[in-house]
Amino acid sequence: MLLFSRQGKLRLQKWYVPLSDKEKKKITRELVQTVLARKPKMCSFLEWRDLKIVYKRYASLYFCCAIEDQDNELITLEIIHRYVELLDKYFGSVCELDIIFNFEKAYFILDEFLLGGEVQETSKKNVLKAIEQADLLQESQNEDWGGLSEDIL
Amino acid sequence: MCVLLISGKSKEAEIKRINKELANIRSKFKGDKALDGYSKKKYVCKLLFIFLLGHDIDFGHMEAVNLLSSNRYTEKQIGYLFISVLVNSNSELIRLINNAIKNDLASRNPTFMGLALHCIANVGSREMAEAFAGEIPKILVAGDTMDSVKQSAALCLLRLYRTSPDLVPMGDWTSRVVHLLNDQHLGVVTAATSLITTLAQKNPEEFKTSVSLAVSRLSRIVTSASTDLQDYTYYFVPAPWLSVKLLRLLQCYPPPEDPAVRGRLTECLETILNKAQEPPKSKKVQHSNAKNAVLFEAISLIIHHDSEPNLLVRACNQLGQFLQHRETNLRYLALESMCTLASSEFSHEAVKTHIETVINALKTERDVSVRQRAVDLLYAMCDRSNAQQIVAEMLNYLETADYSIREEIVLKVAILAEKYAVDYTWYVDTILNLIRIAGDYVSEEVWYRVIQIVINRDDVQGYAAKTVFEALQAPACHENLVKVGGYILGEFGNLIAGDPRSSPLIQFNLLHSKFHLCSVPTRALLLSTYIKFVNLFPEIKTTIQDVLRSDSQLKNADVELQQRAVEYLRLSTIASTDILATVLEEMPPFPERESSILAKLKKKKGPGTVTDLEEIKKERSSDMNGSAEPTSVNASAVSTPSPSADLLGLGAAPLTNSAPPPSSSGSLLVDVFSDSASAVAPLAPGSDDNFARFVCKNNGVLFENQLLQIGLKSEFRQNLGRMFIFYGNKTSTQFLNFTPTVICSDDLHFLKQFLCLNLQTKPVDPTVDGGAQVQQVVNIECVSDFMEAPILNIQFRYGGTFQNLSVKLPITLNKFFQPTEMSSQDFFQRWKQLSNPKQEVQNIFKAKHPMDAEITKAKIIGFGSALLEEVDPNPANFVGAGIIHTKTTQIGCLLRLEPNLQAQMYRLTLRTSKEAVSQRLCELLSEQF
Repeated sequence: MLLFSRQGKLRLQKWYVPLSDKEKKKITRELVQTVLARKPKMCSFLEWRDLKIVYKRYASLYFCCAIEDQDNELITLEIIHRYVELLDKYFGSVCELDIIFNFEKAYFILDEFLLGGEVQETSKKNVLKAIEQADLLQESQNEDWGGLSEDIL
Repeated sequence: MCVLLISGKSKEAEIKRINKELANIRSKFKGDKALDGYSKKKYVCKLLFIFLLGHDIDFGHMEAVNLLSSNRYTEKQIGYLFISVLVNSNSELIRLINNAIKNDLASRNPTFMGLALHCIANVGSREMAEAFAGEIPKILVAGDTMDSVKQSAALCLLRLYRTSPDLVPMGDWTSRVVHLLNDQHLGVVTAATSLITTLAQKNPEEFKTSVSLAVSRLSRIVTSASTDLQDYTYYFVPAPWLSVKLLRLLQCYPPPEDPAVRGRLTECLETILNKAQEPPKSKKVQHSNAKNAVLFEAISLIIHHDSEPNLLVRACNQLGQFLQHRETNLRYLALESMCTLASSEFSHEAVKTHIETVINALKTERDVSVRQRAVDLLYAMCDRSNAQQIVAEMLNYLETADYSIREEIVLKVAILAEKYAVDYTWYVDTILNLIRIAGDYVSEEVWYRVIQIVINRDDVQGYAAKTVFEALQAPACHENLVKVGGYILGEFGNLIAGDPRSSPLIQFNLLHSKFHLCSVPTRALLLSTYIKFVNLFPEIKTTIQDVLRSDSQLKNADVELQQRAVEYLRLSTIASTDILATVLEEMPPFPERESSILAKLKKKKGPGTVTDLEEIKKERSSDMNGSAEPTSVNASAVSTPSPSADLLGLGAAPLTNSAPPPSSSGSLLVDVFSDSASAVAPLAPGSDDNFARFVCKNNGVLFENQLLQIGLKSEFRQNLGRMFIFYGNKTSTQFLNFTPTVICSDDLHFLKQFLCLNLQTKPVDPTVDGGAQVQQVVNIECVSDFMEAPILNIQFRYGGTFQNLSVKLPITLNKFFQPTEMSSQDFFQRWKQLSNPKQEVQNIFKAKHPMDAEITKAKIIGFGSALLEEVDPNPANFVGAGIIHTKTTQIGCLLRLEPNLQAQMYRLTLRTSKEAVSQRLCELLSEQF
C-alpha cells in the first residue's frame, strides 16, 4: 500500500511481500507515475504487471493498493476509505501534514487495521480503542514528546 | 524546513539540511556518552522520518533493536516500527530481533504481544518463521488469549505460511482454528477466515469442515438487519469484509455435497442477488461499493461452482445492468466478470445478448482500462455466430486504439479470424487489414501464420495472391505486407499471372519497387521470391538476373544478402529447368501445430487468462487442417561439400570467394541438389534401437554392417557440443567417393532465420582405404529447442556398386541438459509453478527392461538431469531436475519417474515451461526403461 501526494511525494509505504529496496523504489516510481497520469473521472482500477491496482484520491493525497488477481477491487476501495476514516477520526479531520508529522501514528493505525495484507479488524471503534490505549500507556509513562515536527528539523 | 520540502522548491537545501542532521545523529550514536532511551528513540524516529522523505538510511538499526528491549511502551513501539519499515527479511540483526520478540510474546502483556506479532507479520522472514511458526498456533487457539491478540496471531501465521509453508506445522490446532468461524467476536472471525482460506487452498482436505461453518456464518450475516452487527455494519451493509472473505473461502471448494448446506448457500446467494435490486439504503458511494463488493464476490462464487444455471443467468443479467451504470468502476468490473461468465456453457448465450452494449463501450468509454476490458469481453464472447461482427468492430477500434493495447488486439483479431473462419478469403482480408491498420504491431507470429494457412489451403491461394497484389499497389505499405506479399507471390504469383494487369513483370516490378525501403531480413526474403520467380516465370529470368547481378546486390555489405545474391544468380545460370523446378518447388503443406499466435497471447497475458484454450484446440482439429508454423519447422541442413553431388560438382564457381563458407542457407540448396541427384536412403533397419541407446550415453557404435562401422564420441556443454564420427572400412577394398552428409530432419526450410540446430561439419577424404578409419567432426550449436534428430546420410562406391545409407544421428534435446541440484522444498515449489496442464506431459508405459533401481538411476543421470535424492516422499520414485540450454533460452525441466514393480509399468511425468520440450523429453526418456 502506498500513499503519495499529488506532486508524487511518497508519504507512507507498506509492503506485504518481501522485496529488495531497489525493487521497491522501482515499483513506487512506476506506480506513482501511472496513477498520477490518470484523469479524475477514470475508473479506480487498473491492471499493472500481474497485479491489480486500486487507488483513490482524497484531497491532495493518493491512496494506492496493489492486489492480486483473485482479490476484490471494490472491497479494497473501501479498505482505503475505512483507513481514511480511521485517520480522520484519530486526527480530527486529517490532512497531509498530519500524516507527515505523525507518520508513526499513521503506521500504528494501519497495523491495527491491516496485518500481513489482510483486514484484521474492521470495526472503527475497536481499532481506535487499541490506539487510544497505547496513547494512554504513553502518557502514563509521563513523557512530553509532543509533535515530532519541532523536534526533528 | 518541512514546508519547504513539501513544496519541493529547493532540493539542494533539503539534501544539505538532511545530511547535516544525519551527521549529527551519527555522532550521537557513536559518542562516548551512552544515550538514554528517550534520546535513542528520538534519533531513531528522526532517521525513520528522513527515510520516509525518500532518503537512504544505512545506520541506526542496532539502536532500534536496543529499543525493543525497553520497558517503555513508546520506545519499544518506535523500535518495532523502525524494524518493520527498514529491516528487510534477510538482515543479520534478525537473531537479536527474534530474541526481543520472544520475550514480548512470553510477557503475557497483550499490548506487547500485539507489537511483537505485528512485527513478525511485517517482516515475515524465514528466520522468524523458524523461530515462531511453532509458537503462534498455540497463542492462536489458547483459551485465555485476548481477542485482539488472536486476530494478530491469525494473520501473523498467515504471513509466515505464505513465506515458508514448510515451516508451519499442521496439527491439532487446525480443527480449532476452523471453529473460530463460530467465534462471537466478528474481528476474530474476519482474521481467521483469511488464514483458513489460505491454508485451505493448499490443504483442502484438512479444512473441509470450514465449508458448512462458513455457509452458516454467511447466512447469518446476509439475513441480519443492517443494525444487528453494530460497528461491523459499514454504511448499512452488514460485515462486508467478512462476507467477501467467506465467499472467497467457499471458492476453494466445489459446491457443498450436503443438500442442506447447499440449499442454504443457494439461499444466501439469492438473497445477495435480490438485495442488488432493492433501492439503496444510502446515497453514499461507500454503501453501494460495499454492497456491490459482496455481490461481485457472490457472482465469482456462482461462476466458480458453474453448476446452477438459474444463478448464472441471474448473475449475467445483473452484470448486464452494471454495463450501463453511470459509475465507471462498476462498468469496469461488470466487463471483467462477464469475461469469466462467457466461458460457462450455461451463461455463454446470455452474455452474448449484451454484445451491442459492449461494442458501444469500446467506442465511447473514455478510460483505456475500461476499453481494454471491453476488448477482452468481446474476445471471450466471440463464437461462430458473431465472429464477423466482433472482428470488424475490433479492427475498427484498432484504428484509434491506444498504443499500449494494440499488439494484444492484433493477436486477438488474428486468433478469432482464424478460429472462426468459414471462408478463408475473409481470413486473408482480415489479416491484410490488420497489417494495413497496425502493421507495426503485427508480430512475426501473425504473418507467419497467414502464410501457413495460405500454403495449406489450395482454395484460398489464388485469392490471396490477388489480394496481396492489390494491397501492394498502395503507395505506402507496411513492411510486413511486403513480407507477406513477397512470400505469397513467390509461391502463387503464377495463379494471377494470366491477367495482363498482374503479369509476371508487373508483379516483379511492384515488389522490387519496395525493395530499397525494406530492412535486411525483408530484402533477403524478397531475393528468395525473385529466385522463385525465375522458376515460375522463365520469361522474366533475365530481368531478375540483371537485378541480382547489380553491384548493390552482389557487393552488398550485408553478408546474408550478398550470399543470397551470389548463390541465386549462380543457381539461375547453371541449373536446368528441371532442377530449378525441383529446387524451387512450391512449399509443402506445413504439419499441423498449435497456433504460435495463441502461444504468444498466452505468454503476454500469462497462463489462465486465455480462457478457452481447450475449446480452441477442439475447434481447430475439426475445422482447421491448415495450421502450421514456419517458426518451428526450422533446422537447417548442413552438408559436407563433396565433388560428386553438390553445386561444385556441377561446375559452379566456388561459393566461398566473398562469403564465409556456406553453413546454412547456402548449403540448403546444396542438399536439395544431392537429393535430386540421388535420393537420401531410408533409415537403415535397426537404427532406431541404436539411436535410443545413445539418448543416455555419448560414446559407442552407432551402426555396423558388413562393410562399414560407424562409431561416435561426443561431448556437450551448455548449448554447444562436438561429435566425432568414426567411419571404419571393414573390407579390404577402397571406398570411393565417400560422402557423409548431415541433414537436419526433413524440414528443409526456405528461410535461414528459423534454424534450431546449427551443425557445422568438415569434409572428409573421399577415399577410405580398406581397413582404415576416417574421422569427421561435427560442431553443434543448439539455437532453440528442436524435436527431430539430424540424419546422417552416407554414400560411397564399393567395388562396382553404389552404397547409400542413412542413420539417425543421436543429437537430442536432452544432450543440452545441465543438471540442477535442489532441495525438496525448491523442487516442489517449482513443480507447482509449472502446473499449467500444457506444461506437463505424462506417459505410462510397460517396462521393456528389467526394473533395476541402480540402472534406472544411471540412466536418469545419463539423460543429463540431476538425480535428486530424498525429494519424493516415496523412496521408490525417481526425481530429476535440470536446465536445457539453448542459445536463445534456458528451459527448466523437472521430471518424476514412478515405477510399479507389480504391474511392471512406469509412469513418467515431465514438467517444463514449454509444452514441446516436455513432450520431446518425455518421448526420449520413455524409450529408455
